[in-house]
Amino acid sequence: MEKLNFQFESVPALPAADPALCGVVGSGNLEILLNAGDAPNLCVVEIKTAARGFADTWQAVIGAFAAAHPAGGTRIAINDMGATPAVVSLRLAQALAEYQGGVQ
Amino acid sequence: MIPSLASRHSWFEATARKRIAGLLDPGSFTEILPPAASTPSPHLAKLDLPGAFDDGIVIGCGQLEKQPIFIAAQEGQFIGGAVGEIHGAKLVGLLKRAVREKPAAVLLLIDSGGVRLHEANAGLIAISEIMRAVLATRAAGVPVLALIGGSCGAFGGMGIVAKLCSAILISEEGRLALSGPEVIETVAGVEEFDSKDRALVWRVTGGKHRYLMGDCAMLVEDDVSAFRAAATAFLADWQEPAPSVGLLRATQRQLENRLTAYGAYRDGLQIWAALGVTNPESVPLLDRDSLVALKEGLPT
Repeated sequence: MEKLNFQFESVPALPAADPALCGVVGSGNLEILLNAGDAPNLCVVEIKTAARGFADTWQAVIGAFAAAHPAGGTRIAINDMGATPAVVSLRLAQALAEYQGGVQ
Repeated sequence: MIPSLASRHSWFEATARKRIAGLLDPGSFTEILPPAASTPSPHLAKLDLPGAFDDGIVIGCGQLEKQPIFIAAQEGQFIGGAVGEIHGAKLVGLLKRAVREKPAAVLLLIDSGGVRLHEANAGLIAISEIMRAVLATRAAGVPVLALIGGSCGAFGGMGIVAKLCSAILISEEGRLALSGPEVIETVAGVEEFDSKDRALVWRVTGGKHRYLMGDCAMLVEDDVSAFRAAATAFLADWQEPAPSVGLLRATQRQLENRLTAYGAYRDGLQIWAALGVTNPESVPLLDRDSLVALKEGLPT
């Protein structure tokens, strides 16, 4: 397992009362728990992944997410079982949408 | 697309959370220890493996046709729905609460290969605690219903737990047994049991076979709303019997008779023929309604 921590500047997200969870820790999948964070302009990410050696890829995928979406003021925890970058991007967008209003 | 397919939500394909959402009255579910408040397994972390926030089981309270219900759902995609220490403790806690608060029923949405081998001792203890808690819940007059239809079936310790429940509702896709097919093949060899032979696996452990044998009270379509309708119908007619030695002795006799009658057979096909099914080869291809009609027409 590898533990990774990142933070990116991002436009503030609409604050929500409840955390959002999406995905499952299954093969080729991951779960994302999105909580309210402290700094309104920061997206803080903590990753636990079964696949070692992909720190650069994670940084690129989450950096692109934080640039494309208003994800400031969030704290994102990820448990990963080898999800591909495309799956990670989709799950991040899904978690943010659910966090901001239960959009499926 | 055919409308009946478009509106169908497969139980087999659904996650634990989707199963709960579709089973209970809409919006009635309140999770106990939700992911943000829960702790992932410390044992998996020590083995350098990522855990799941809910440790692979969702527990909580809700309503089924306005009746108060406690519910637990195992997530088969996370380490085969296997029971670790926290996973087990959540289930035991829910059952103990059911003894106190007496909901109309506890529903166990089982999807598990049994004990989580990464934390085997804690998992084995957890299974024995779950077994005791299921019996204590039933002794308190609260029915405990097992719903089986996920990709992992109900095997190992969770197979035992399922059989301790008031009743089992199963889909054709569901499987129920003690040792799983791969375990039997590993221990006793491929001549004893070929776990790659999926048709054989289902003829021996699958939902249709379990229903024909009387191990399961109802055979249900692989559909979330079908499970909801079946659980509702079952509970409407069910009165949890007081535990008694007489009841246990009767079950023991039944099992002994079953062993005498079918113990020598190697395949579901042989057993179905012995049960009185005239064309046993047709059973795997029958749809749910035809199979239920066939069972109801069998000599008793």
